[in-house]
Amino acid sequence: MKPRQKQLLYAGAALLIFVAWMFYTADGPQTTAVLAGTVRAATLLALGAMCGMIGERSGVVNIGIEGQFLMSAFVAFTIASMTGSLFLGTIAGVGMGLVMGWLLAAMAVGLKVDQIIAGTVLNISALGLTSFFYDRSAVGIGKYTNIDLGPLADLPLLGTVFFSRPPLTYLTMALLVLVHVALFRSVWGMRTRAIGEHPGAADTVGIDVLRLRYFNVTIAGGLAGLGGSYLALEAVGTFSRAMSGGRGFLALAVMIFGRRTPFGAYAAALFFGFTTALQNQFQLNNTFDIPPQFVGMLPFVVTIIVVAISGLMGSMRDPAALGQTYEKG
Amino acid sequence: MSRSILRTIAIPLAAVVFGLLIGVVLILSQNASPATAYTALVVGGLGDADALLRTLQKATPLIFGGLAVAVAFKAGMFNIGGQGQLLVGAVFAAAVGFGIDGLPMVIHLPAALVAGAIAGAIWGGIAGALKATTGAHEVIVTIMLNFVAGNLTDWLSANPWKDNSGNNIVARTPLVEDSATIPTLGAVPVGFLLAVVVAVACWLVLERTTYGFEVRSVGHNRNAAQYSGIKVGWIMASTMAVAGMLAGLGGAVESLGVDGRFEAGVNVGLGFEGITIALLARANPLGVIPAALLVGLMEAGASRMQFKAGVAPELIDVIQALILFFVAAPIIIRWVLRMREDNSEQLRLGAGWGQS
Repeated sequence: MKPRQKQLLYAGAALLIFVAWMFYTADGPQTTAVLAGTVRAATLLALGAMCGMIGERSGVVNIGIEGQFLMSAFVAFTIASMTGSLFLGTIAGVGMGLVMGWLLAAMAVGLKVDQIIAGTVLNISALGLTSFFYDRSAVGIGKYTNIDLGPLADLPLLGTVFFSRPPLTYLTMALLVLVHVALFRSVWGMRTRAIGEHPGAADTVGIDVLRLRYFNVTIAGGLAGLGGSYLALEAVGTFSRAMSGGRGFLALAVMIFGRRTPFGAYAAALFFGFTTALQNQFQLNNTFDIPPQFVGMLPFVVTIIVVAISGLMGSMRDPAALGQTYEKG
Repeated sequence: MSRSILRTIAIPLAAVVFGLLIGVVLILSQNASPATAYTALVVGGLGDADALLRTLQKATPLIFGGLAVAVAFKAGMFNIGGQGQLLVGAVFAAAVGFGIDGLPMVIHLPAALVAGAIAGAIWGGIAGALKATTGAHEVIVTIMLNFVAGNLTDWLSANPWKDNSGNNIVARTPLVEDSATIPTLGAVPVGFLLAVVVAVACWLVLERTTYGFEVRSVGHNRNAAQYSGIKVGWIMASTMAVAGMLAGLGGAVESLGVDGRFEAGVNVGLGFEGITIALLARANPLGVIPAALLVGLMEAGASRMQFKAGVAPELIDVIQALILFFVAAPIIIRWVLRMREDNSEQLRLGAGWGQS
């Protein structure tokens, strides 16, 4: 990142904190509710974006995140209600995510199926299978509750927003740091970025391109699987048909928006989460005379504008080998 | 000639058979009879005039939705926005359909269809124009426009264009006038005939005109097209507008021929099925027709299958996914059937994603 961009970023962050503080002193409970809602909505998007990011950094497009969310949410919910344990449900959801990731890898990397089609196959089959096997009589066992992080949770505003959250939200924040370090500070990350940019060159220096892509896409599926578990066992507490509701696709936008970096994606996810939370709050209060549908449009319209502007500035660039299957020469 | 046609359809045909065979396992897992289930599926989609009408009605928006994705593919773009384009087409066609009174059918019906087509064209055109002028990724923009269209059509059908008759509390428009309702000829809805004509027209334009050649050139290699003097930006913008127009027409036909009105939430998911259809058809406009008929048949027969055999109708979604998988991975079918390799069989779309 250029120094000038960094300055802008810090200035923007400072401005945001200042504005949040102003609102907080004006109306505490309201501001807290909106910001807590922001973090809640951002977690799923961040997990989906990290899943997409690891795939795309290695050169594999994943438009099947939606299906990975849905399938994992279904399995997480089913196992949790069978065993009575949220933890086992979560593990099962992550396991299902790994299986879905492996399926994508098997199609896109192994069988060299077109990557867009492979993702579409995941999406349709997840929708079909979860509806086909959905047991209407299954009862949920509730959801994860908030854990206070000691004295931090007593901080005004920040305490409720960041330090009194359910466990999977903390785990996601930790994973953001982990994925950042892994992608940009580790040998694995360097190799991953290499096979996404120039698989031929990576091959020449002895990296097994296909094997690493297989591995990465599978592992990334586990992140989406955690997203599915989060959806069913932490955010909602039950499973319903097509409950992912397009958020797998939204995660894709968040990923590109955040320039395929974990922190960038989290910032984008927070932005989407903020508008979602704002919309809910507007509907709850009925304070403004704006139809909820127009508030609902806001994040999407803003994304289009931002994507167009950053397109003009030329700051978006896909990994060079994205979407192409690799044939060993 | 016949040999090459045989080669072209061998893989899709085998894929359908394989998909249905795996479906048998799923049906057995529900302790139901596969024979009863599949018989009911076919009878429910083809058994009598009513069943045939249902199949053709289900297939109609799928043809339009499939074309909307296939045409964009030809220019190397991925249109995930069929859903939004279909929704705006459906609501604007309905608005013209119920809003104007006393016109003869020869004017009113085309006017309503054109309204839907224009609305869809604008929706698709926004994504194409942004891609051409700013480089904004059409995948993101069309996904975002889907959400915007969902909200916009919800609001339109719940506020200015709401059906206020009786005690209606649902977000829907009034019924369209008779003069804007698409008629049926026996068991054949006229909307289906329109869809077939449009599909053939798309094929002719793409394969037999200069414009079509330019579209395909841009799809093959954007840089080479630019170098040879083709206005790449214009081709991308106009192709996305045409794609949106096609999806918008699909929505218009739904409103004017099937539902008789626009109702929020009724058409959800229809636009996404276009992706499956286009992929099954390998992005060939003519292939879209049989692909849509196949899926339409399954959708028309699904409720009878549930009634007669007790199999959840979502089975057909799973079968669709399996068929798509086998079409996309012909290597498996070739291995089982011991067929020879043919390079033209592999479908490639993802490469277009990386270009920007």
